[in-house]
Amino acid sequence: MSGSSPQAVVERALELSRSSSCMVLVRERSTANLRWAGSSLTTNGVARNRTVTVIALTDGPSGTSVGVMARSGLRDDELEGLVRAAEAASESALPSEEAVPLLGPAEAGAGGDWDAPAAATGVDVFSAAATGLGRAFRASAESGRLHYGYAEHTVESVFLGTSTGVRLRHDQPTGTIEMNTRGSSADGTDPRSAWVGRATRDFTDVDPDALDAELARRAEWARTPVELPAGRYETVLPPTAVADMMVPMYFDSGARDASEGRSAFSDGEGGVRIGERIAGLPLTLLSDPARPGLECAPFVVADAPGRDVSAFDNGLPLRRTEWISKGVLSALGQTRATAARLGTPPAGFADNLVLEQEGAAGGTDDLVASTERGLLLTCLWYIRMVDPQTMLLTGLTRDGVYLIEDGRITGAVNNFRFNESPVGLLQRATEAGAPVPALSREMGDYFPRTEMPALRIPDFNMSTVSKAS
Amino acid sequence: MPDIDPDFLALPLRELADAALGRAAELGAEHADFRLERIRDRTLAVSDGAVETAAEGDALGFAVRVVHRGVWGFASADALTPDAAARTAERAVAVAEVAAPLATDRVELAPEPVHADRTWVSSYEEDPFEVSMRAQAALLSGWCRRLMEDGRVDHVDASLLQAKEQKFYADTAGTSTTQQRVRIAPEVEVVANRNGLLDSMRTLSPPAGRGWEYLPTVEAELAGLPALLDEKLRAPSVEPGRYDLVVDPSQLWLTIHESIGHATELDRALGYEAAYAGTSFATPDRLGELRYGAPSMHVTGDRTAEHGLATIGFDDEGVATSSFDLVRDGVLTGYQRDRRISAAQGLRSSNGCAFADSPGHMPIQRMANVSLAADPTGPDTEGLISGVEDGVYVVGDRSWSIDMQRYNFQFTGQRFYRIRGGRLDGMLRDVAYQASTTEFWNSMAAVGGPASYVLGGTFRCGKGQPGQVAAVSHGCPSAVFTDVRVLNTAQEAGK
Repeated sequence: MSGSSPQAVVERALELSRSSSCMVLVRERSTANLRWAGSSLTTNGVARNRTVTVIALTDGPSGTSVGVMARSGLRDDELEGLVRAAEAASESALPSEEAVPLLGPAEAGAGGDWDAPAAATGVDVFSAAATGLGRAFRASAESGRLHYGYAEHTVESVFLGTSTGVRLRHDQPTGTIEMNTRGSSADGTDPRSAWVGRATRDFTDVDPDALDAELARRAEWARTPVELPAGRYETVLPPTAVADMMVPMYFDSGARDASEGRSAFSDGEGGVRIGERIAGLPLTLLSDPARPGLECAPFVVADAPGRDVSAFDNGLPLRRTEWISKGVLSALGQTRATAARLGTPPAGFADNLVLEQEGAAGGTDDLVASTERGLLLTCLWYIRMVDPQTMLLTGLTRDGVYLIEDGRITGAVNNFRFNESPVGLLQRATEAGAPVPALSREMGDYFPRTEMPALRIPDFNMSTVSKAS
Repeated sequence: MPDIDPDFLALPLRELADAALGRAAELGAEHADFRLERIRDRTLAVSDGAVETAAEGDALGFAVRVVHRGVWGFASADALTPDAAARTAERAVAVAEVAAPLATDRVELAPEPVHADRTWVSSYEEDPFEVSMRAQAALLSGWCRRLMEDGRVDHVDASLLQAKEQKFYADTAGTSTTQQRVRIAPEVEVVANRNGLLDSMRTLSPPAGRGWEYLPTVEAELAGLPALLDEKLRAPSVEPGRYDLVVDPSQLWLTIHESIGHATELDRALGYEAAYAGTSFATPDRLGELRYGAPSMHVTGDRTAEHGLATIGFDDEGVATSSFDLVRDGVLTGYQRDRRISAAQGLRSSNGCAFADSPGHMPIQRMANVSLAADPTGPDTEGLISGVEDGVYVVGDRSWSIDMQRYNFQFTGQRFYRIRGGRLDGMLRDVAYQASTTEFWNSMAAVGGPASYVLGGTFRCGKGQPGQVAAVSHGCPSAVFTDVRVLNTAQEAGK
């Protein structure tokens, strides 16, 4: 968009608005990425764009109707057209049953400096990390390992203004790096494959040499292949794999679905399972926008009304919320509209997730050291819901399943397809380590801010062997 | 055939392209292309008759991609001025400069003919964006309320996704194309909870490269949903074991997508997706030799089928689209390719599979419409069922998962019927089937005829980093597969 600042666009759109009430969101987004395969860069890019979303509300005798129009590539002189289009959509829409009065400044959360310019990133953010990656690429011939992977950094500044006086902005830096190494034998007979990944806010804390050292350690573990059949195995889930399972559960923990009998958190009698012990260990699952290293928007920002997150709640403060408290289900995510229907407090989904057990110490290596015989996973992949009632998920192990014998890794095992429920895993987990930042391999693209412990599962269900390597 | 919308044609397409391509050439780029896109999308979600989400997006922007010093450089922006286009070309070249020290493989593009000033529009009758959001919401809400009156239904969810994609492409070789296509995905699902059992039943009408005229196809399914859901909730739980399967096209399209479509992407087979989407067991050294399936298995990739979701005139590298063999007589014979991947494999041309889902993303190799040919003299679905003594008939897609080399997959469906003595013998619950790709396709004992052929598909196939979403269709008839492992999902969950 040429000319105006994002703040000016918000103010101008609100001035132009003729509807009963109005919300305006301006998202300024910049992103840079590098991708590599076979120890050579393959694709890259930088992109910038602005998206303006106008949410017009029209009060009528049978309720409030909503019109949502979003545009990118909008010129200043096209803003009025966007506002009018949203109003027209609102006036012709059916009343929304999600409608609740918009929040005022006193009820809304706190944001960053409204007047500051939008934050941005560029390809220079990778300068230091790229040097380390180059070292790893050049060492491929010597190490016998080829490198594959991806690094991305995105900065989004979101500006929210409402006709009720709310003005909130949030700057969200999000970075991830994933490094994958594979044996480089020309005949493809080297089965070694390992993955590490981590989230970062600005790449200043990313050490490719350290990540490569972990890959090298895992590649060594994989020199001894072991074939095992399907079955239930004692399994150490590292924090990344725990994140792979906990994030889908978080996404599926809406109060509305549960109250309608549609989820694993329904009690089967028209109610929900809040207050019920669902984890065998005293585990706590929580979201906290202020969690150090996992900082995220401390207020609701939604582009449209929705089932579990609604634009009607825009600006609603997001605070530390325990979803599971010491093993007991304590909250389910819900909008103000659903909360009013159910007679319980609203609980907004924040953009991070932590699983922890008070007093738990140690990490993956400690759980491995205390395992007589079992499996250590790296991460899980292609996870899909099989049965919402039990939250049964299926998926595959990937890039490293290791055999543990007498407290040490003795070889790399074939991959498996699993059928498991995250709810079931929490019920059956027998030991947890301390939480550490963990990037979900499966969900990290969409939900990178997680802190998870390693977990010991006594009987993880490996349903069948996968030949994939 | 509709025309390209005048408001898109009125944008300064050529002016911006000239500014970007000219600047890239001045900076020494070996190749440059310019792509300007406008993508409109509309999302409607209605639950139990109440509108949950009604939103419309309109993304407009452009991208400049260069090959400079043998390395890709990509940049995009959304300010539609010649100066911004030139600056974006500079940024693309600068990105290539930063990337060059990390690149050891030089980017080469397979040569392609020049297509100057070409236009293409997809086949549809009524632009869904010409129908008001209110009318669309009222239709969905009416469907929901009608179904909610049935005592066998607790909840009804209806959704309607629509997209209109307009693209202008130009490159330094002289190709320039202007294209427009429309697609639509309506869906209705009924849900009930009976005696502690929760289940759902969804319409089978697939997303399609069609316009508003497609809606009656879905509406025709609605009346049958409550009875189907009721029967499913009363059905016995399946006895796990090995069964012969008759797989309906409403399910088989997804099996094709996962086990053939992705497995025959050459970028995957060469390892370019190894860190993310994965690789493929169908490696180039097995081309012409790999016994993928039964001799009756013929699979093509194409971007030309009418109403196909991946159908278009020219891909995002200016390559004219076509139809090509992937599996012939059960043997792997080809791959889906873009220009860079084709050149990397020593091939003299692309087969038109480059696609970017937005102006903010660089084109990557994406899936064509990958389809299984019907047996010209094959039976209809009923005829296939009549030939099965003891089996299961699988209808509709639901849950899917496959490993990163495309070997091991597991699918569930909307409904499963027991087959005994060549006839359907009631529904089953809790069914999933699990197999390995080549074992499954080699077990294909019969292929249905043209009467059972359906063009299925999805709006949301994900691939690449940064993640990109593509719509793709898969045509197929019903088919019979022998001795397939069937799981009981309730038992898998430990119930």
